[in-house]
Amino acid sequence: MIQLEHVSRTFREKNMEVRALQDVSLHVREGEIFGIVGFSGAGKSTLIRLVNRLETPDSGTVRVKGQDLAALTGKELTSLRRKIGMVFQQFNLLEGKTVFHNIAIPLRMEGRSKEEIERRVSEVLDFVELGEKKDAYVSQLSGGQKQRVGIARALATAPEILLCDEATSALDPQTTESILKLLKRVNREMGITIMLITHQMQVIQLICDRVAVMEDGKIVEEGSVLDVFGRPQEEVTKRFVRTVINDQVPETFYDTIRSENRHYRLEQLKFIGDTVNEPVIANLCRREGLDVNIVGANISPMQGSMMSVFILQLIGETDILNEAEAYIDQSGAIRKRLTIDWENRTVTESA
Amino acid sequence: MDDFLNTKIFGVKWSRLLTNIQQTLYMVGWALLIGTIIGFILALALVLTRKGGILKGTGARIVHAVLNFYVNVVRSVPFVILLVTIMPFTRLLMGTTIGSTAALVPLVLYISPYLARLIENSLLECSPGIIEAAQAMGANVFQVIRYFIIPETLGSVVLALTTGTIGLLGASAMAGYVGGGGVGDLALTYGYEKMNTPLMILTVIILIVIVQLIQLLGGAISAKLRAHQS
Repeated sequence: MIQLEHVSRTFREKNMEVRALQDVSLHVREGEIFGIVGFSGAGKSTLIRLVNRLETPDSGTVRVKGQDLAALTGKELTSLRRKIGMVFQQFNLLEGKTVFHNIAIPLRMEGRSKEEIERRVSEVLDFVELGEKKDAYVSQLSGGQKQRVGIARALATAPEILLCDEATSALDPQTTESILKLLKRVNREMGITIMLITHQMQVIQLICDRVAVMEDGKIVEEGSVLDVFGRPQEEVTKRFVRTVINDQVPETFYDTIRSENRHYRLEQLKFIGDTVNEPVIANLCRREGLDVNIVGANISPMQGSMMSVFILQLIGETDILNEAEAYIDQSGAIRKRLTIDWENRTVTESA
Repeated sequence: MDDFLNTKIFGVKWSRLLTNIQQTLYMVGWALLIGTIIGFILALALVLTRKGGILKGTGARIVHAVLNFYVNVVRSVPFVILLVTIMPFTRLLMGTTIGSTAALVPLVLYISPYLARLIENSLLECSPGIIEAAQAMGANVFQVIRYFIIPETLGSVVLALTTGTIGLLGASAMAGYVGGGGVGDLALTYGYEKMNTPLMILTVIILIVIVQLIQLLGGAISAKLRAHQS
């Protein structure tokens, strides 16, 4: 559906050179929700704007539905943009006009009749559950409501693709969740492919199918959400994942752990989806000579499935611990041994 | 009625006074209308071709440089000097340099760049995010202007025009002095030159009233346009 091949973009301002995108390639499949996560300045905004040609690459190709954007005429580009809706962090609505007026604009630009416009605006407003606000002025609405109007406006021309530029970054956590649920419905009920950029990992976790992690203009990691969350390879990916799933030892437990006089090891166990068919932790607890202390636990739903992380303090003799580790490894859970640096109060992972 | 008009106030016939008020309104009215049209086109051109504007490329840069230069130059010339300097041009265009209609030439020439700058400032208030949204929707340049920039900034433009009109009023007084007629002319020829202070004061009061009315009208229209902008 959307193909970016080896795109690069450098911004030259006076004497400074900013390499916003460096040889980025990615492929968004039809019907999926693809998320791009990264810190500010990673290049996400530039990347997403390549799709509707608000930005052009210095090199590389951008293809939407097989068409090379560079080969499009003005008219073709206009008609492509009608098929791609965009939602913004700051909403970008005309505050002094009514909700109806704002949503009607793209339809008016297309030359639709008054009746058609009335019908379509009502249809799309009902979908975003804001039907009763049709004649309200945008300035009177809350942030979440404004974004619903923004989404309704983007859906007005029945697009096949929806681009979301930090759509929830300006909203509080609860409103963020309700907007994300709406976007999920847009994808599932209307079959619209969604490409979104965010620095909020919660967004990726809640609605994305696949995700790409960007840093300094490059994609450093990419894959299904369960894979990237479950087995993050790069440091920046791990940092992002950690913002929503704490897979570390909680600070408050350091002293509890330290107070254990017997020999122990700290283990981090990750269960992704339903790849593990046995009650691993329960079985560990039943083992002879092994005491299990649950020091941290985190269960996160994502991508229709689930991921859980447990930090266990396994107490016992060395050979018992080795057997326990071997048992965990063969069960399918992902295990990492953790070591605490007591001086700096940090945790490091090892096999 | 005719008897009344023939009576004098502070040494000037009422008929004369009313004629001059009408001349001022004529000069300001027409110069404002034509000046706004030209100024608006200039302002749009400046906004579209500026660095980071909607129109890109060296062609746009050149157009911007030329227009910018023109506006700056004309604005630097004090009106009274402009007035006198372009008299040959005025004579060529209008056949004369006397009269309210002839006075429109220097007035329009002067006020257009001034209004252009004022309108340009107002148009620039439109946030770049809105323009981005417009382009993302497939709007061409005209649609961006018509559906987004103008509706967003019209309230501000009206306020800008209000300011411009009051400036125009001042210029019309000078234009009047060299043959355009109007209240300013009356104030200077009959009031100042003949040391008729009461008349001068009367004309100033008339001008104050006109300015207040313009300000009120402009403010009201602008407020209505910006009514729901939060």
